Amino acid sequence: MSDIKKFMYLNRRAPYGTIYAWESLEVVLIGAAFDQEVSLMFMDDGVFQLVKGSDTSESDMKNFMPTYRTLGDYGVRHLYVDKASLEARGLTADDLIEVAWEDFETEEEVDNIVEAVDADQVVQLMAESEVVFSF
Amino acid sequence: MADLLTVNKSPFEKNSLELAIKYSQPGSAILLIEDGVYGAMKGTVAEAMVKGAMGDKKMYALKSDLKARAIKDDRVIDGVEVVDYAGFVDLVEANDKVQAWL
Amino acid sequence: MKLAVQVNEGPYQHQATDSAYHFTKAALEKGHEVFRVFFYHDGVLNGTRLTTPPQDDRNIVNRWVELAEKYDLDLVLCVAAAQRRGLVDDGEAERNKKDATNIAPKFRISGLGQLIEAAIQADRLVVFGD
Repeated sequence: MSDIKKFMYLNRRAPYGTIYAWESLEVVLIGAAFDQEVSLMFMDDGVFQLVKGSDTSESDMKNFMPTYRTLGDYGVRHLYVDKASLEARGLTADDLIEVAWEDFETEEEVDNIVEAVDADQVVQLMAESEVVFSF
Repeated sequence: MADLLTVNKSPFEKNSLELAIKYSQPGSAILLIEDGVYGAMKGTVAEAMVKGAMGDKKMYALKSDLKARAIKDDRVIDGVEVVDYAGFVDLVEANDKVQAWL
Repeated sequence: MKLAVQVNEGPYQHQATDSAYHFTKAALEKGHEVFRVFFYHDGVLNGTRLTTPPQDDRNIVNRWVELAEKYDLDLVLCVAAAQRRGLVDDGEAERNKKDATNIAPKFRISGLGQLIEAAIQADRLVVFGD
């Protein structure tokens, strides 16, 4: 068995109302040290985690939105967003942050690794994953 | 490639069972635990969805959680297999991975 | 089969920790290996020895301790989650200048890397949460 596994982090929670979104992000950041093949899937209210323009100055909560933009530097290769969840919430890809990715060895660059996927693709991506973290 | 999906939410509270069905491959096993076992009851608005899923997926419900919620065997949808914790462990072993639909 | 178990919820508030306990116990009784039980989010509250449930209810913390004693189970509380929620062992008390500890025996506090390692090492990761 290969030491590299396909990890999928499934995010179905809105940010701020509970700590799940932030603490699951912490797992992703720490997990970067382990050199696995990592994807994140945002579904249901989890899609709100990627919406641009959050301002937590008056709520006195930690704004962790900037951290998402750095995920490309933490070995995350894909941020998938469930298209049906976006549409149900009146959102489009334009409402979401962009996250760049670069392979420091090959210098391969991708401007934005946030990608909306349809139901068939979600089924496929879930099936291909070897470990699914749910929060 | 077959997966075990666990669902611990009542289908009347959250869409976890609906998504476990929608986003899993044919041949997957779905195990209802905790409040998820309400999805195994006959005569509810969720029954048609559960029966539909049993066309190409296997449905299970955890015995101790059914009993705690007063769901007797004759109230469980035909075809839903009731398992104990040892059966839960066997399902984990028999499938390639486990995904929790919380 | 080698298993890793993740527990996301505190005791009594949510059934997730009961489910995780019964599942882990059943797996051990069937002869499977449980590589680690990792407690995250409010799940770290499973590891305080100061819990005092009413006498006619189950003692969730002691139940984990007894299972760990019987099977030499590795019970790990996430350090970041533990610090936020006031779970303290000797090392944490010294590092963060706390005047008491509350961690139950057989539990230890360690980093999130322990969860990732468990997911890599185990044949299956089973998550119990809300």
